[in-house]
Amino acid sequence: MELVKDLPEVFEEFAEQRKNSFLGMKKLKEQGIPVVGAYCTYFPQEIAMAMGAATVGLCSTSDETIPDAERDLPKNLCPLIKSSYGFAKTEKCPFFYFSDVVVGETTCDGKKKMYEYMSEFKDVFVMDLPNTQSPAALELWKGEIIRFKEYLEKKFDVTITEDDIREAIHTNNEVKLSLKGLYELMRNDPAPITGHDLFKVLYGSTFKFDRKAIPAEVDALVEKIKKEYAEGKMLEKKPRILITGCPVGGATEKIIDAVESNGGVVVTFENCNGAKSIDKLVDEEEPDVYEALARRYLNIGCSVMTPNPNRLELLGRLIDEYKVDGVVEMTLQACHTYNVEAFGIRKFVNEEKGLPYINVETDYSQADIGQLNTRIAAFLEML
Amino acid sequence: MDYIGIDIGSTAAKVVARGDHEMEFALPTGWSSKETANIIKERLAGDGIDVTGDGAKVVATGYGRIAVEYADYVITEITCHARGGREMGSDDCAVIDVGGQDTKVILISHGVVQDFLMNDKCSAGTGKFLEIMANRLGVDLHELFDMAEGGETLSISSLCTVFAESEVINYIGEGRRREDIAAGVVDSVAAKVAQLAMRKNLPDQIILTGGLSDSRYFAKILSEKIGKTISPTDRGRYAGALGASLLAEEKTKRAAAKL
Repeated sequence: MELVKDLPEVFEEFAEQRKNSFLGMKKLKEQGIPVVGAYCTYFPQEIAMAMGAATVGLCSTSDETIPDAERDLPKNLCPLIKSSYGFAKTEKCPFFYFSDVVVGETTCDGKKKMYEYMSEFKDVFVMDLPNTQSPAALELWKGEIIRFKEYLEKKFDVTITEDDIREAIHTNNEVKLSLKGLYELMRNDPAPITGHDLFKVLYGSTFKFDRKAIPAEVDALVEKIKKEYAEGKMLEKKPRILITGCPVGGATEKIIDAVESNGGVVVTFENCNGAKSIDKLVDEEEPDVYEALARRYLNIGCSVMTPNPNRLELLGRLIDEYKVDGVVEMTLQACHTYNVEAFGIRKFVNEEKGLPYINVETDYSQADIGQLNTRIAAFLEML
Repeated sequence: MDYIGIDIGSTAAKVVARGDHEMEFALPTGWSSKETANIIKERLAGDGIDVTGDGAKVVATGYGRIAVEYADYVITEITCHARGGREMGSDDCAVIDVGGQDTKVILISHGVVQDFLMNDKCSAGTGKFLEIMANRLGVDLHELFDMAEGGETLSISSLCTVFAESEVINYIGEGRRREDIAAGVVDSVAAKVAQLAMRKNLPDQIILTGGLSDSRYFAKILSEKIGKTISPTDRGRYAGALGASLLAEEKTKRAAAKL
């Protein structure tokens, strides 16, 4: 694929992808293509892809509907859960509206209880995600993936073959490899592009329904960035920041801005927007597709797991590979698992990696921009 | 050459000049940081310092730092307080700064900021809390501390300034002694500051800066709560401005060395 556009234009296009896909989804629906909505990186997307469904991430990212959500949910609940529920209930999210089924997992307490209320007005399929990564847990999770497949087969009156799943796995692996190729460019020092531009592509690509088209587009982008880098087009040398913690998007992109408008560059994301969901591929050699999927998804290093060694493994690796100068953790208000884990992450970053670490707790409002900027600027001055 | 540090806080603006002229002064921030920055500019001009000329380098800090249009550098209050605190304390110390709208704990190790903490979106445990309570009791801050010293601490348990004010109003309604209420107010702020500070491993030397820094009484109560000696500082309210002035000098000299 020939990429004739300038880089900034490409990044903006990705940034607009979510909005542009509202219409794209309407078209899909008119063609009779089922839509499966999901909230989490644990969602085994390949199963839905295998039946030819379009999949879409439903996590809401603005505080617009939080007051609506707070009529049913407590005020001191994570903004991601409140906002998602609010957009669902008020039918303000077209993706939710068009979803034939919404898939949830028993991740954190807030989400699983919220799904109970959501199921009163929507078809919600909740997968029982274990909170540990033992062999027994793997068995359970594999069973859940099969149960999900059977649910889809019954609901949509289709047959999902293992070959279909295998093909979906391959498609998604190709997507991951291309996105990995993109974010690995940030290993260069100075960085070739800003972390925010990288984010726009990573986030925007999740709203492209034609998954098979993504690799060519991203690969072309990678080539273009490489070429321009070789010609000397790059950022100046800046403190290199890793962002970890809760998912970023919409309102919380303020954290990326706070880093990059105060002299730093975000070189990698150890969260659901970045390496956490892209780093590991599903094993295509494994003859049992369900086993392969179960392993891949259960091994995600999310703070809902106990213990959670895979997060430290990935975090440590990213710190080394991206020559990180400091770690910024963004936690959402009332996200117990990430907020509690922050203490262990600080210890790991300070003591094992010998790097500075800062944790900022925030929500979907813009009220703390001033404070955030002061904190992050001071953190960058410290480096 | 003059090195000017300007610290525009939420309540007061502080200025330190070092070099050809040596001076320091403070003024209320008022409603407009921009206007305050202009008043400072004129006041310095009156003393023979032209902040826009080549003879002065200005570092602005504090929440109003971006309003100082004539600043050569803008640096956060964390870095400036740390630099000023280092001058008042040592290369290895902690600075507890109780400011008008936020409270900071800064750990300095080998002369550089190692870590810092700020209070979250809440005014309890800041100067604002004391200001509101002093107003309620009809005294100024210094009188509040003087009264508190002679009082028996009444418990104020609310974590929220607005609710704590209702507690104070209740005590007033019950006819309790003002001294006792004042002691309760100071104790409550100290408890919240201590709670924040104790989230870190504090070094042996800890100094108090900010508007309350010269209060021996506050330092004493805080020391009791933290279990370590917190030293009051006489010029602690100027810590940020002094740090800014020192950083102005260091940055200017570093830039000159590069050329």
